[in-house]
Amino acid sequence: MTEPGPDIPPVSPEEAAATGTLVSRLSLRQRSGGIVVPVFTVIVAFLIGGAVVAATGHNPLTTYHDIFNGAGLNWFGHPTTNTAGTAPYNLTQTLLVTTTLILTGLAVAFAFRCGMFNIGGQGQYFVGLFVANWIGASWAGMAPLPHILIGIGAATLAGAIWAGIAGFLKAAVGAHEVISTIMLNWIAIWVGTYLFGDGGPLQNSANKALPISNDVTPSAQLPVFWGDQQLQGLHIGFFVALAALVAFWLILNRTTLGYEVRAVGFNPDAAAYGGIDVKKNLVRAMAISGAFAGLAGGLDMLGYAYRIGVSDIPVSAVGFLGIAVALLGRNTAVGTGLSALLFGALLYGTTHGLQSGQIDPQLAGNLTYIIQGLIVLFVGADVLILYVWNSRRRLRRRQQVAA
Amino acid sequence: MADDLVLEMRGITKEFPGIVANDNVSFELARGEVHALLGENGAGKSTLMNILYGLYKPDAGEIRLRGKPHTFTSAKDAIEAGIGMVHQHFMLIPVMTVAENIVLGNEPVREGVLLDEAGAEERVRSLSQQFGLAVDPGSLVSQITVGQQQRVEILKALYRGAEILILDEPTAVLTPQEATELFGIIRSLQADGKSIIFISHKLNEVLQIADRITVLRRGKTIETVPREGATQESLARAMVGREVLLRVDKPPASPGDVLLEVEDLHVVDDRGIEKVSGVSFSVRAGEIVGIAGVDGNGQTELIDALTGLRRAASGVVRVAGREYVHATPREMIVAGVGHIPEDRQRRGLVLEFSIAENIALHDYAEPPAAKWGWLFPARLVERARTLIRQFDVRGGGPLTRAGGLSGGNQQKVVAAREIARDPKVLIAAQPTRGLDVGAIEYLHRRLVEERDEGRGILLISLELEEILSLSDRILVLYEGRIAGEHAGEVSEEQIGLEMLGGGRAAAA
Repeated sequence: MTEPGPDIPPVSPEEAAATGTLVSRLSLRQRSGGIVVPVFTVIVAFLIGGAVVAATGHNPLTTYHDIFNGAGLNWFGHPTTNTAGTAPYNLTQTLLVTTTLILTGLAVAFAFRCGMFNIGGQGQYFVGLFVANWIGASWAGMAPLPHILIGIGAATLAGAIWAGIAGFLKAAVGAHEVISTIMLNWIAIWVGTYLFGDGGPLQNSANKALPISNDVTPSAQLPVFWGDQQLQGLHIGFFVALAALVAFWLILNRTTLGYEVRAVGFNPDAAAYGGIDVKKNLVRAMAISGAFAGLAGGLDMLGYAYRIGVSDIPVSAVGFLGIAVALLGRNTAVGTGLSALLFGALLYGTTHGLQSGQIDPQLAGNLTYIIQGLIVLFVGADVLILYVWNSRRRLRRRQQVAA
Repeated sequence: MADDLVLEMRGITKEFPGIVANDNVSFELARGEVHALLGENGAGKSTLMNILYGLYKPDAGEIRLRGKPHTFTSAKDAIEAGIGMVHQHFMLIPVMTVAENIVLGNEPVREGVLLDEAGAEERVRSLSQQFGLAVDPGSLVSQITVGQQQRVEILKALYRGAEILILDEPTAVLTPQEATELFGIIRSLQADGKSIIFISHKLNEVLQIADRITVLRRGKTIETVPREGATQESLARAMVGREVLLRVDKPPASPGDVLLEVEDLHVVDDRGIEKVSGVSFSVRAGEIVGIAGVDGNGQTELIDALTGLRRAASGVVRVAGREYVHATPREMIVAGVGHIPEDRQRRGLVLEFSIAENIALHDYAEPPAAKWGWLFPARLVERARTLIRQFDVRGGGPLTRAGGLSGGNQQKVVAAREIARDPKVLIAAQPTRGLDVGAIEYLHRRLVEERDEGRGILLISLELEEILSLSDRILVLYEGRIAGEHAGEVSEEQIGLEMLGGGRAAAA
């Protein structure tokens, strides 16, 4: 998050003209991972979301307050005195979602830093989920530590392979990763539907009538450190996700691997000239991306889900939300962490905070999507924001000239 | 002449945040005059011309056109006032004919709506005859030479009634012969009463064509002098602000062992067209071998093949006696081939990386930069600090983004990285392209120093002057073949001929 602006003395008038304006400074800041645009984006998205709420005849402020409380964020105001109410529980649920989103966000961000757009976080998450379920539901009675480690490790590896396929196809034949990861998403969905569906090899062995999986045995379940294991408490995977943020930063900024990834991401021609094997990096960066998503699937399965139903598969969207998380977080570690928390809180807060009956449940659920959509729209449209800024300046100049 | 001024710019000041681009600059242009505007990159030439062309509004100062004060608010304004600009990069539509390009935006029409093709061609023809600008109005722009495209740009300006022509670095893209032709055109325009602003940083050209010369430095007018009495040395001093060594001070070479040997090399480009067809040559320790040629005659493919960036179709490359076939870029780096690439922004630098990170581009994975895959940024910074001092890189420290540096300093970073690896062979492709006098002087001196250190230097340049002044031996590349080889004194004309494929005929 270095801000290179002030320490570069303008080298020439022409260049000063290019770097001196507010817009160009903004874009410089943005390129360097600044926070102006993301914060602006979120504010505008909330304002428009509020306008939508107001248009339906409700008070936007109350609504946002309800979402805030629904996400359990009010717990931070009084962590010791009010541990009774619903706040702690809500917060654990928000953090559960955040855990997943951090990892699916990193899955998108890492590929991005190597110049690729990984749309396949969802599929990579699924394979992690499936593999973790298969291992977690097998070998009952194994010692917990190895069982958990093998389950999480296998899920991570599965995600890495799944994304690695797309990376390999890009390196070998130039298949665009956007297309291949989307197709791999569908392959994962249908493989899961087959595995856990009627007559599938991993279908529930006790009840052949249900298209669901076996349950993860207690020996493979992650310890819960906050809340009740029976009621989806917050498992230690949360710390794994936080550690993943640190690992992401370390890999990119403190390893030769990260140096190569960034060089290829910024300028593949210069990277090749420098002696970096660009194709190898494409495969490797995709695999690491997929590892993050696979890890998310593994943690979810062994942390709280324990089983998967075929009907759950099409509903899940955490992989896709990872795209929004990474975009808003500007593909940085800190940014991804913060935006994962924002999306996690929104997701849980809208669905559970707006059930007071004051707001139409239809609207309550959709408000999340509205705000998400607006954020994605604005993140994608930061060029537009800069353009508006620019034209304001142009207008002012024209007025000066006219005067 | 002074009482017949068509343009006066007085006390022009333009400030950008943090810098005064034009500080009380004055410039005048008489009818029928060629007035050169000379200055280093960033001296304020472009700002001044953009003000004249209506793209910037000056903070202070006055522009008088034929004696009357005039304010330009847009390029359209400037065109209507009779100002035409020929940019360094042409703005032509390749799929349209010469005539269509020229009349674009002001087309003669038939029956109210239809383009009067014949009429357009006729008007272009008469215009081109009037000024001696030979072009065929019916040819497609994509099929004519660069020199002819430039004429089309000039005709376009004349068609719109330009009385004042701004030529921005017009010879940068031309061969010596084409440049001579351009000067002929400028003379005939001058004879016709047109006034020309000739922007350049090439001293010999300016002395050849200009009546008066105005030198800008750091946004200020340093002097306006008549051509008579001006010398390259005096102009360079005014431009840079200190004595400049224009001629490369070069002791005779004492070549040693052969370090780079190329035998019957064939290379094809991305479209499968053979661009290098059986090239053989060698470079010895302690000599500079220059490769001259017009752009696109196989230089890029040759360099790429020598550095492992492109697979040669056939042929042998030896570095210090060892043979390399289909080597990767890394293998060539390890073999001891340093490479200052022709496009420093596309290939030579990762602009988003800091100077320190860029300097580590070849050896980021070797100790001391890294160990066991773990990178030590502090060590990168430390080394960059040393090299920045050693190579006199200005405008930032080790953590400055490379993209924020000026072209000359970017090139110094590239040179520092390549030379610091102690290469046996240094391939310098257009090492001074787009750089100003000071930076060119530095890089030339440095290349000679590295030669004297015992490196073999292969210099590829489109600037004939650079090749002539630096090389101990000269090869001319034409259509992928060596069209000429010269070890001793050789005239610019002879090489120019060979560059255009006329060498063998002329020699015979």
